[in-house]
Amino acid sequence: MSHLSKLLKTGLLATTAALLGVSAASAQLKVGAVLSVTGPASFLGDPEKRTLEMYVEDINAKGGVNGQKIELKIYDDAGDANAARTFATRLVEEDKVAAVIGGSTTGTTMAMIPVYEDAKIPFISLAGAVQIVAPVKKFAFKTPHTDLMACEKIFVDLKARNLTTIAMISGTDGFGASMKTQCEGAAGKAGVTIAHQESFGPRDTDMTPQLTNIKSKANVQAVVVPGFGQGPAIVTRNYKQLDIKLPLYQSHGVASKQFIELAGPAAEGVRLPASALLVADKLPDSDPQKKVVTEYKTTYEKKSGQPVSTFGGHAFDGLMILVDAAKRAGSANPEKLRDAIEATKGYMGTAGVVNMSATDHMGLDLTAFRMLEVKAGDWVLAQ
Amino acid sequence: MSELLQFAFSGLTVGAVYALVALGFTLIYNASDVVNFAQGEFVMLGGMTTVFLSLAGLWLPLAAVLSVLLTVLVGLALYKFCIEPARGAAAVTLIIITIGASIFLRGVAQIVFDKRFHALPHWFGADPIKLGGASILPQSLVVLAGALIVVTALFWFFERTMFGKAVLATAANRLAARLSGINTDVVVGFSFGVSAAIGALAGILIAPITLTSYDVGTLLALKGFAAAMLGGMGNPIGAVVGGLAVGLLESLSAGLISSKYKDAIGFIVILFVLFAMPNGLFGKRSVERV
Repeated sequence: MSHLSKLLKTGLLATTAALLGVSAASAQLKVGAVLSVTGPASFLGDPEKRTLEMYVEDINAKGGVNGQKIELKIYDDAGDANAARTFATRLVEEDKVAAVIGGSTTGTTMAMIPVYEDAKIPFISLAGAVQIVAPVKKFAFKTPHTDLMACEKIFVDLKARNLTTIAMISGTDGFGASMKTQCEGAAGKAGVTIAHQESFGPRDTDMTPQLTNIKSKANVQAVVVPGFGQGPAIVTRNYKQLDIKLPLYQSHGVASKQFIELAGPAAEGVRLPASALLVADKLPDSDPQKKVVTEYKTTYEKKSGQPVSTFGGHAFDGLMILVDAAKRAGSANPEKLRDAIEATKGYMGTAGVVNMSATDHMGLDLTAFRMLEVKAGDWVLAQ
Repeated sequence: MSELLQFAFSGLTVGAVYALVALGFTLIYNASDVVNFAQGEFVMLGGMTTVFLSLAGLWLPLAAVLSVLLTVLVGLALYKFCIEPARGAAAVTLIIITIGASIFLRGVAQIVFDKRFHALPHWFGADPIKLGGASILPQSLVVLAGALIVVTALFWFFERTMFGKAVLATAANRLAARLSGINTDVVVGFSFGVSAAIGALAGILIAPITLTSYDVGTLLALKGFAAAMLGGMGNPIGAVVGGLAVGLLESLSAGLISSKYKDAIGFIVILFVLFAMPNGLFGKRSVERV
């Protein structure tokens, strides 16, 4: 019965939309996205694009938001900040979108922010760096954890294990450099001393010289690796090769199954802060986040045929925050959407509980991060 | 002391990889005066094809052999469809064609394979061998041995076989070589095929250590080119020495000076060597007769 009425409703909606023609088109909720689907950051943009597409389709099939279908317009900037800015202008001027999701990388995000600020269009970024929301920009929001939080989470875990003197070996790419700076800033407050620092290039294939230097420092109690891509996996392999026994901490930048595959048996015992998505099936049933992460994981893996990544999860969160805001705002007016996004409270996403405010456009706290450890080739919650 | 030894091991492993890439440059350069910037893509194809064939369930050694053959086909196709039609064009034009081919191959690999990193299993296990307080992976020895075998074979080929001499003759003067009855087209095509095979072999040997992805070729080509220049373009022994030297420079400057500037330090040393010896360490001085 309810099925039939649903069908009738959709049928009616479709008929009205068809009859109204032009006015129906303008009654759509236009959402833009500029993602790095190809290029070096494609591991971010690809799952993000798939996620947005599959959930927009799903939402539209269920009748849309406030009776409006979402019209999704995705551009691929291939990781190029200049291209991202051009597409941002196009979204604003030609496509006349009501809100934008994306900016897969910090670089593309920062290039686009001024465009959306000028046009007064809310923008939910999927990139990591804290600079996106600090200082707060009126129309810019973000869904992923920041690298500062990753540092803090690692330091909390270090303190709990009574390890206070560490060495860092960080990537020289944007992600690694940014997290290195944040960790340096957070170390003093956390009571952790960074005794020695090394670095590696994003395409380096051998880090044994740097690790040999770290190994020779007697006072170092643990090693932290801010970096992403294959570099941290090679660091992990070299770490094992040199037989260094100190605890090794990686960052959320390598929080995917692929890291374990690449690092192989050397990954055993490596710890890193990451979202609950990676351990969805291992969360206790009492965990408030269990439902959302399991549902997203199942849906994504079934529809895309690929293992879930936290990056797609960020896109999921961005879309759901926007949809939730649109429902509360009851309108597709960009400024009303912005106010509603800023008023997001208690949204349970794949990254954690989101409580936005006028001073916090990310809305996550340290509880959003879980400390994970690699055991028997899989992630487990660290004890 | 054990630290220095560790730096040396690390440098030799990375250097052997550069040496194999540099050897590929050398061969094509010798036959055609072309610096083939798609050499790095041969390395990528060797590694990636092996990964995907073995993922498809093929026995690993068979996958490796097939991927070498496939890369040779790509090398021959590169010659047949890109270089040969532009025969008679200046070397610079041909070099630019190879840059285009390298971008094309990378794009195709991105679609045919995927955009992720992959690793191959170590041939003799991943347990490092301890030596004087330092440790070296068995696979590093495999890479070094591979480089040694390839360079010996090439040396023998150029110095001891008729066909090798024909390649050298073509390099020295194509017109004169043709007048003495050498089929220069076959020689140049052959050099592309063998370079592709060397590249693919390098890609397979190093994939367990350095991992592989659709875009590993770019940086390897750059470093291999630097190694070839350092050793003296066109000299197989120079290519190997140059490769090992670049690798050692990198690891020593990373270990002893600063890991931040290791690439810069390496390239600065190369610059100074080339200032003093413009033809590289083993390059023959070229004399233009007017």
